[in-house]
Amino acid sequence: MVTERFVLAVDQGTTSTRSIVFDRGGRLVSVRQREHRQFFPRPGWVEHDPMEIWANTQRTAAQALRDAASSAGEVVALGIANQRETTVVWERATGRPITRAIVWQDTRTEELVARLSARPDAGIVRERSGMDIAGYFAGPRLRWVLDHVPRARERAERGELLFGTMETWLVWNLTGGPDGGVHVTDVTNASRTSLMDCRTCAWDPELLDFFGIPVAMLPGIRPSVGELGTATALGSPIPITGALGDQQAALFGQACFAPGEAKCTYGTGSFLLQNTGTELVHTRSGSISTVAYQLAGEPVHYALEGSVAVAGALVQWLRDGLGLIGTAPEIETLARSVADNGGCYVVPAFSGLLAPHWRGEARGLVAGLTSYVTKGHLARAVLEATGWQTRDVVLAMAADSGLALPALRVDGGMTTNNLLMQFVADVLDTPVVRPMVGETVSLGAAYAAGLAVGLWADVEALRRNWHRSAQWSPVPARAAQLDAEYPTWEKAVRLSIAWGAD
Amino acid sequence: MGTGCPTVRGVPGTVQSLERAAAILQVVAGSGGTLGVTDIAAAVGLPKTTAHSLLRTLLGIRFVEQDRAGRYALGPGLLKLGAGHLDVNELRSRASNWADALASRSGQAVRLATLDGDRVVVVHHVFRPDDSAQELDVGAVLPADRTALGRVLVAFAPHRTVGGAGPVRADVAAVRARGWAVVDGGWEAGVAGLAAPVRGSTGLVVAALGISGPVETVLEGQRGPRPRLVAMVTESAQAISRELGWQG
Repeated sequence: MVTERFVLAVDQGTTSTRSIVFDRGGRLVSVRQREHRQFFPRPGWVEHDPMEIWANTQRTAAQALRDAASSAGEVVALGIANQRETTVVWERATGRPITRAIVWQDTRTEELVARLSARPDAGIVRERSGMDIAGYFAGPRLRWVLDHVPRARERAERGELLFGTMETWLVWNLTGGPDGGVHVTDVTNASRTSLMDCRTCAWDPELLDFFGIPVAMLPGIRPSVGELGTATALGSPIPITGALGDQQAALFGQACFAPGEAKCTYGTGSFLLQNTGTELVHTRSGSISTVAYQLAGEPVHYALEGSVAVAGALVQWLRDGLGLIGTAPEIETLARSVADNGGCYVVPAFSGLLAPHWRGEARGLVAGLTSYVTKGHLARAVLEATGWQTRDVVLAMAADSGLALPALRVDGGMTTNNLLMQFVADVLDTPVVRPMVGETVSLGAAYAAGLAVGLWADVEALRRNWHRSAQWSPVPARAAQLDAEYPTWEKAVRLSIAWGAD
Repeated sequence: MGTGCPTVRGVPGTVQSLERAAAILQVVAGSGGTLGVTDIAAAVGLPKTTAHSLLRTLLGIRFVEQDRAGRYALGPGLLKLGAGHLDVNELRSRASNWADALASRSGQAVRLATLDGDRVVVVHHVFRPDDSAQELDVGAVLPADRTALGRVLVAFAPHRTVGGAGPVRADVAAVRARGWAVVDGGWEAGVAGLAAPVRGSTGLVVAALGISGPVETVLEGQRGPRPRLVAMVTESAQAISRELGWQG
């Protein structure tokens, strides 16, 4: 009997862990999801329990495999996508974490980062890792653990402790844990530590020295697509053959394999990544260079990344903070009650501005208020803020890479908002397209794993799986109008930075 | 009357006219728009004059509607109430994953439509997954009698003001009975549509979900739509209904 071949993807995200089985057409066969607890022990601190996440991974994976078993298919590979930069340190002998995972949103390393940045040799971080020193990355968090957990540094130097981002933690546990677990990371996750040389894709001794990290605790760096180990913890053994940080996984799931191709995920924040090919781009305009993916035996592909902290979160604020709407999608109804923004602009710099401005001191503002402005105009300004910020990021990337943006591939919850998507198309003067499978992060992990075992022949086969579910084309007159309006938005951004400056 | 009939029984300390009005609404809901005032009065065990004045009040607040023959059906006021006034953008957001999956599995374009007054309006559109040139038609108004989406909305509308032409009326009973509508080339030559009702939390139909594609793909010659596609469309519509809180 001919059975179909499936791939299991685990998307270990910030709020939940999802296990999804995909078929060869990239369609969902089964989905299971489980949320985990968020710990906020102090202002600015965010933690997860690694044991809870491991338990949720086993549980959801087992359920998704069971659900798929009725579909007469065999799961031939496992791929992992994970929340990036979240840091776990555990005991090699027992598998017990020595502290809770420090999450990517956590800002406890601010002071440490300021101290490190002030060092005369701080320039090597940007030179080698491709990124400035920032609390956003995993390296400073690992350093914080070594500094604050009793005896951690000496135990790490003796090789008793292991470090990993979430995919490393899960692969180690899936492949046996204390009993022969494989200690590896993929090149995209390694690139988010500030400890890897982004050209050679190996741990850099001088960076390790700079951050004070013992090499003994670091995982081996592997390609994103290729053999990582064999999962023995889920019943019958499954080869683990793909791992990617979640935003890189979305880029892969959106089939952005050629230089210039880009995707933007509109969730709480927005994350835009543009493939720049096999050459690392030196950035000057506010985007950052990062590793996009690597197929085993092939050169590394790089991407430019522009992260915006507040996108959907601004709509949530309109709902929860102001009570102007009952549910997030209702913002479109409110915004359509008026024809334009009425001269109103919202800069959602709730805790500073990320790409391309990188101004932590900026604070949010509503500009252009007159007695003419109604809640409808405010709703429009809130949606437009996400569009303007996308333009800020796209312009910075264009300046850095010199690559044209043929179209922007979008995913995430806000893509059901037609008003916003049309605004993005107009403000970029570029078509915006949404794929049929909205689960791009999980799909990217599945693609990586399936590609490695030959379920798909090459990336061209993945490209053929990608189908448009919607397209928003720019309207020339509106694009010209927004182009003329852009300096007004830029002025509002300058004001928000000035407001927070003192 | 059989068991479960909503005959009014006074309960001490309650408002009698409200109990009576509720009983009438239950009868009207169960009748599918076939009863006049005499039958309704008999069903709830009230004098005809009392039932008549209650029905007039319900007409005034649009909880019921009356056709030319004097028969009563549930009204649009109740629909809004029952749907918790379901916002169309909220509806699109909740339906999106199911609509994508339906397009992906059926290989056809998917549309979700609602009634805006008497108009059938597209609130969500997923392209046919063949990457051919297609344009989003969210906001477009469809002819109620010449599209499967329109026929479903008309057939399940709690009030009978939509469409109104003879052939549509004849189709209403059939659509209600089998739970889906099919139109062969009614709107666009060579294109057939197949649609099913989406229910809100109270069971009232709040939208129609449908696919459209080449006649030879959607239909099996003269035998009607392909059963595989009928199953996909009705199951997806039910999944969205459950997403909206329908327990049925």
